[in-house]
Amino acid sequence: MSIEIRNLNYTYGAGTCFEAHALQNISFTIPDGQFMGIIGHTGSGKSTLIQHLNGLIRPSSGDILYNGVSIYSENFSMRELRQNVGLVFQYPEHQLFEESVLKDVCFGPKNQGLTAEECEERAREALILSGVPQELYDSSPFELSGGQKRRVAIAGVIAMHPKVLVLDEPTAGLDPSGRDEILGQIRELHRKTEMAVVLVSHSMEDVAEYVERIVVLNDGAVYCDGTPREVFRQYKALEELGLAAPQVTYIMHALKDCGLPVDPDITTMEEATDEICRVMGVEDAS
Amino acid sequence: MEMIRTDKLSYHYKIHDEEGRVIGDKTAVDSVDLDIRAGDFIAVLGHNGSGKSTLAKHMNAILLPTEGSIWVRNMDTKDMTNLWEIRQTAGMVFQNPDNQIIGTVVEEDVGFGPENIGIPTGEIWKRVEESLKSVDMMKYRHASPNKLSGGQKQRVAIAGVLAMRPRCIVLDEPTAMLDPVGRREVIDTVKRLNKEEGITVILITHYMEEVISADKVFVMDKGQIVMRGTPREIFSQVDTLAGYGLDVPQAAKLAYELRRRGLNIPDGILTRDELVEAICRLKSGI
Repeated sequence: MSIEIRNLNYTYGAGTCFEAHALQNISFTIPDGQFMGIIGHTGSGKSTLIQHLNGLIRPSSGDILYNGVSIYSENFSMRELRQNVGLVFQYPEHQLFEESVLKDVCFGPKNQGLTAEECEERAREALILSGVPQELYDSSPFELSGGQKRRVAIAGVIAMHPKVLVLDEPTAGLDPSGRDEILGQIRELHRKTEMAVVLVSHSMEDVAEYVERIVVLNDGAVYCDGTPREVFRQYKALEELGLAAPQVTYIMHALKDCGLPVDPDITTMEEATDEICRVMGVEDAS
Repeated sequence: MEMIRTDKLSYHYKIHDEEGRVIGDKTAVDSVDLDIRAGDFIAVLGHNGSGKSTLAKHMNAILLPTEGSIWVRNMDTKDMTNLWEIRQTAGMVFQNPDNQIIGTVVEEDVGFGPENIGIPTGEIWKRVEESLKSVDMMKYRHASPNKLSGGQKQRVAIAGVLAMRPRCIVLDEPTAMLDPVGRREVIDTVKRLNKEEGITVILITHYMEEVISADKVFVMDKGQIVMRGTPREIFSQVDTLAGYGLDVPQAAKLAYELRRRGLNIPDGILTRDELVEAICRLKSGI
């Protein structure tokens, strides 16, 4: 169930004076079941790239293989691809439209041709997985808070049982607890269902905390690809690209510069706490 | 001098049924008393739906109080004859720069506000130049806004507000959609306008790091201001903030975690430098 991106190029307004190369020669693979992140400055091509993943945009050149088959080949079913690769756009709550939460989440499965009972079953399961409390199922989605609306919108995609879930800045504009809850639920979902998750984010802390691997985009090209440690180790280069390392990485580097024998490549709060305690000779609490 | 004062300010949204009949109301802002002095840098924190944006929209009379009053430089917003002067006194910047930019060329966009209030052409150009210089975007004056990065677009939006010569700028999550460098550009610009030009700043944000240099922080919950104090006073209360769905800056969080593990780190740490210094001092046993 992998997605293989091969030499993908996308040019806006080709042949006009507005010609812009949004994507340049992008190649990487999203393997089955991986939780990966994509980071890059605003305008680096992240959103353009992910819209290729379920065939919403056709590339100017290059190919995408889904389970080894080109999604642009003649008999390939785009419909099937779109059911398997679920895309959650930025501000997905703007796409809610039904009169109740439950009906809104049923919409996707209904379009997959499932029966009314199956749809409701899928919807209830997705709402539980997304952490929407049951007493809201009959409410209008427009009466919910921002965080709840977004959860309902994500449930709408999960209800289609995608093999790959792609989220474009799912936490933009959410408060800290809403952010932690949504990402925590996505992590649980990833563990339970083994679906692959692609998280596009501007929060380096969130990316460091949740993903196994990061692809960095810069001006439409892949700048680097590796584990959070490998990527954030290059924090000085990342700053040149409009990015940064997580705050704790900067703290660890500063401690090392002060002569403390800490591992400077740490990227999460938990690791940083453990590492500083180790160096300071504090017993492990656990 | 006083910039903004409220007296038991409340705002109730009316809830309508499908036929448009009022079936109830919801209190978004609940008897808020506050006093903002000219030149203050105020940060407003609170979870989604806590009433921050509703309160902010009272500061330039987009919304009028249901109960109580708000004065902007001693002008009561309920008095319609004050409306234009209030709007020019307090400018607003919103989350999504793409929704606020209307010109096809940067300098035209910045000149739009003054043009609308009938400022003579020569004076408009003067204001456009000054405003673009203030946000460090002068070299993009002839550029098309859609070619700019997110941080640059947001700075153009701020320049558009500055061209109205406001004494106060209210920014409602201006960095939510930006990459790390874009966030820093916008926050540095806002800080500079506050320190160098004496403009009163009211910043609503979910990024705790951006609040560190504010003079005062208001924390909102259920429409009320539940905490007020300096950033240091507010962020030393990690558990109380968590109860309101909020977080603390990463350095403060790490300090808190280390203290919980028994390290003798002092209270009130806010910044990376303070934390590094505290740990190093502890290590060398001073």
